[in-house]
Amino acid sequence: MNNPIITLEGVEKKFGNNHVVKHMNLEIAEGEFLTLLGPSGCGKTTTLRMIAGFEEATSGIIKVEGERIEDKEPFQRNVNTVFQNYALFPHMTVFQNVAYGLTIKKVPKKEIEERVMEMLRMVQLEGYEKRKPDALSGGQKQRVAIARALVNRPKVLLLDEPLGALDLKLRKQMQIELKRLQKKLGITFIYVTHDQEEALTMSDRIAIMRDGRIEQMASPKEIYEHPATRFVAGFIGESNIFDGKVVEAKDGCLTVETDAGCLLVQGEDFSVGEEMHVSIRSEYLEVSSSPVAGFTLQGTVKDFIYQGSVVKTAVDLPNGQEVKYSRFEQDQTVSPGEKVYVFWRPEKAVAIKKTEQEAVE
Amino acid sequence: MDAMSRRAKKERRNRILGDVYAILVYAVLYIPIAVMMAFSFNNQRYNYYWNGFTTQWYGKLLNNSALLSSLWYSLFIAILSTVISVAIGTIGALGLKKYEFRGKKAINNMLYIPIIVPEIVMAVALLVIFMNVGLSLGLGSILIGHCTFCIPYAVVTIKGRISGDSNTLEEASMDLGANRVQTFFRVTLPNIFPGVMSAAFLSFTLSFDDVVMSNMLAGARQSTLPVLILSMNKSGITPDVNALTTIMILVIVAAMILNNIIQGALKKKRANY
Amino acid sequence: MSTYTAPKKKNLLPKIAMAGPVSVWMILFVTIPMLYVIFISFMSRGVFGDVVYEFSTESYSTILDPTYFQVILKSLKAAGLTTVLCLLIGYPFAYIIARKPKDVAAKMITLLMIPFWTNSLMRLNSWLLLFQTSGPVNNFLVNTGIVDKPISFIYTDELVLIGLITNMLPFAVLPMYSTIEKLEKSMLEASADLGANPRTTFCRITLPITFPGIFSAIILTFIPSLGIYTVTDMLGGGKVLFIGNIIKNQFGSIRNWPLGAALSVLLIVVTMLLIFIYTRFAKIEDMEVV
Repeated sequence: MNNPIITLEGVEKKFGNNHVVKHMNLEIAEGEFLTLLGPSGCGKTTTLRMIAGFEEATSGIIKVEGERIEDKEPFQRNVNTVFQNYALFPHMTVFQNVAYGLTIKKVPKKEIEERVMEMLRMVQLEGYEKRKPDALSGGQKQRVAIARALVNRPKVLLLDEPLGALDLKLRKQMQIELKRLQKKLGITFIYVTHDQEEALTMSDRIAIMRDGRIEQMASPKEIYEHPATRFVAGFIGESNIFDGKVVEAKDGCLTVETDAGCLLVQGEDFSVGEEMHVSIRSEYLEVSSSPVAGFTLQGTVKDFIYQGSVVKTAVDLPNGQEVKYSRFEQDQTVSPGEKVYVFWRPEKAVAIKKTEQEAVE
Repeated sequence: MDAMSRRAKKERRNRILGDVYAILVYAVLYIPIAVMMAFSFNNQRYNYYWNGFTTQWYGKLLNNSALLSSLWYSLFIAILSTVISVAIGTIGALGLKKYEFRGKKAINNMLYIPIIVPEIVMAVALLVIFMNVGLSLGLGSILIGHCTFCIPYAVVTIKGRISGDSNTLEEASMDLGANRVQTFFRVTLPNIFPGVMSAAFLSFTLSFDDVVMSNMLAGARQSTLPVLILSMNKSGITPDVNALTTIMILVIVAAMILNNIIQGALKKKRANY
Repeated sequence: MSTYTAPKKKNLLPKIAMAGPVSVWMILFVTIPMLYVIFISFMSRGVFGDVVYEFSTESYSTILDPTYFQVILKSLKAAGLTTVLCLLIGYPFAYIIARKPKDVAAKMITLLMIPFWTNSLMRLNSWLLLFQTSGPVNNFLVNTGIVDKPISFIYTDELVLIGLITNMLPFAVLPMYSTIEKLEKSMLEASADLGANPRTTFCRITLPITFPGIFSAIILTFIPSLGIYTVTDMLGGGKVLFIGNIIKNQFGSIRNWPLGAALSVLLIVVTMLLIFIYTRFAKIEDMEVV
């Protein structure tokens, strides 16, 4: 990357014996929308708080525009944060909340007024400036929090699960609004969430974190279609994952032996005898009443799970594993208790290498 | 009334019984105050028996220099103790809530000692220490004594008012460019202000009404109002003291009603938006 | 790759500035004096009532002397009786307030606190005025012919008890009120739903859940009643003596500091014992003291 706006080099964070962030390296380009995605406790919020300055890194370097900032207090950093529960000052009006940063910087009164009103217009909160946060809905509070941060024209905006407290419909609407706002202003966003759909919708790049490490950092499409690790495959979308060993590799097509039987997958760089994982999305999994060449996965149809837009069928494999496939309508060709053969088109499945990390575990 | 079910009737009966009980308890608590007020109008030099109505004590009060000087002294001490206790208590409550350090648990437990241990024990403990280091008894020793029980109450009251998200609010303030001092005055203090006010009110009342600590730690020169009243007890408390106490109650109740009206008006104003 | 270790110094100043004053105050004026009292209780008394720095357990054996031991027993009895009566009167009272709508409850609590804001000595004095030989109560009794001549109510243990109860009742009601108030109605409904009658629900749900409040009330009435001397001074007329009076006298007219210190240590031990029991089932920070 030519001119990263934020750089993390070997950043570590320990709370006592708890190693929360492990040797994190990260470069974020100007104007980029980067999402830190992962389950709770993976270190994503701590990473954000170290960039904001609320937590000190145990070791490592953090740079903004090439300048080291580890020593600086939060109020000396040109980054602003949108907090998970908004953190609006309850004793101030909407206007006073948004004007807070500018007032502290002693910006002339007239300019404050102009900039605050412009910002409130941008987040569609005109006419609300005299209200106290108590008198706002969740979505409105969220907009105030965003306006309060953006009015300072930060180099980078840090967002810590900003939509977590909103209901589903409002969340979807705000996702689109936020993305548009970011594009319009050209400000770098670092966005923390545990909601994969949110990450896929909004981000330019996603860094998937687990146990204080980045498992994979790539575009949403890349992450969705080519998960790099077993964890990523399991975390994003709904996939069926098989653990096995390559028994044959021919023309980029691997035959893999698992507890449940043999299966086919496309993959390069794998050698016979190598342990690996295979991931197949539920929409690509198929069943048939007769065996399919290359596959020896046989199971029993368990039940149907109605999910509105799709209906899933659960199939029990003899090794106890349950696989699922989804269709737009309930699969009429099978019924619970029926024996079926499970298969898929090998190019639809993803072959995943075993990581060093897993070897340790 | 036949529309009422048996259950509703039973509930109503229980509610009425409860209200009657509550009124009885309040009566027992308010009888002393009513009696105290009534005897401020007693036409007698000593309150040994009722001798007809008079308002003379409210005027003669102003001539009782011992009573008035002890009142001013008590007020002065109460104000000073309140200021010191609330200042130390406010930053102390924040510090104890916010930071982790060795011995924090011990300090937290220590705070409950002056609250729970009988006051005479604290008074005696301070007396022996002051005697040992040669501190002469007087205003200074009383102030230290009063602050020693006011500070814990202030810390506990204010700590209870520090909300769970106060840390986040402070972070938000610093994130927006305010340094620690600016953050304290613009965000932290306004948010715990109700707690600070109740701590101030509590400290003032505790200090103003204190007998035990003041009695033990006062020098020979000037006594506080409660100490004076305690010493008067042997010969009988004169009706002018009743008159003074009656005025003080009325002032407190008036202040409370005023406060309620102001708070109500503020709430209404806010709701109008 | 250079590793960077964050400086820890800059975070120390706000910490010291904020937690420092209260910590120093508590150590200087609570811990050290208390330890010094314990120290003095093991010293000897000089001829003129001064403290002679020689180890002695004489003060503690004096406590066991019948004269003093009687007073201790009497104080314990009075404090115990006060506590029991405050609980019996206070619990239903707290329960009634807690079941009122929020705004009514707030007003009732304020009403409970107003007497507490008036001079406690003057409130005690009122009981004397009311019950004295030619006071309103005796006048009423004589005039209506219920009794022939005035009853001597004042300077009795009973009047001291009335004074103690009226003084302590708010401190018993407040902690119980706040635990009862937090008791969720759904819990009682769940209990009823599962087949318990109101009596069983009270014994198995309400009482156990509100127990920390009850125990706070016990601590906040029993310990102060044990040490108080103003009530006995005002209403006992020098005839009724409690531990508090004895301690006060040792540091006043009688001048026997080691003995006064030993009696203070006794009160400290009782306090610590109750606090220790309390911390077995609740956190001291959760105790509602105001």
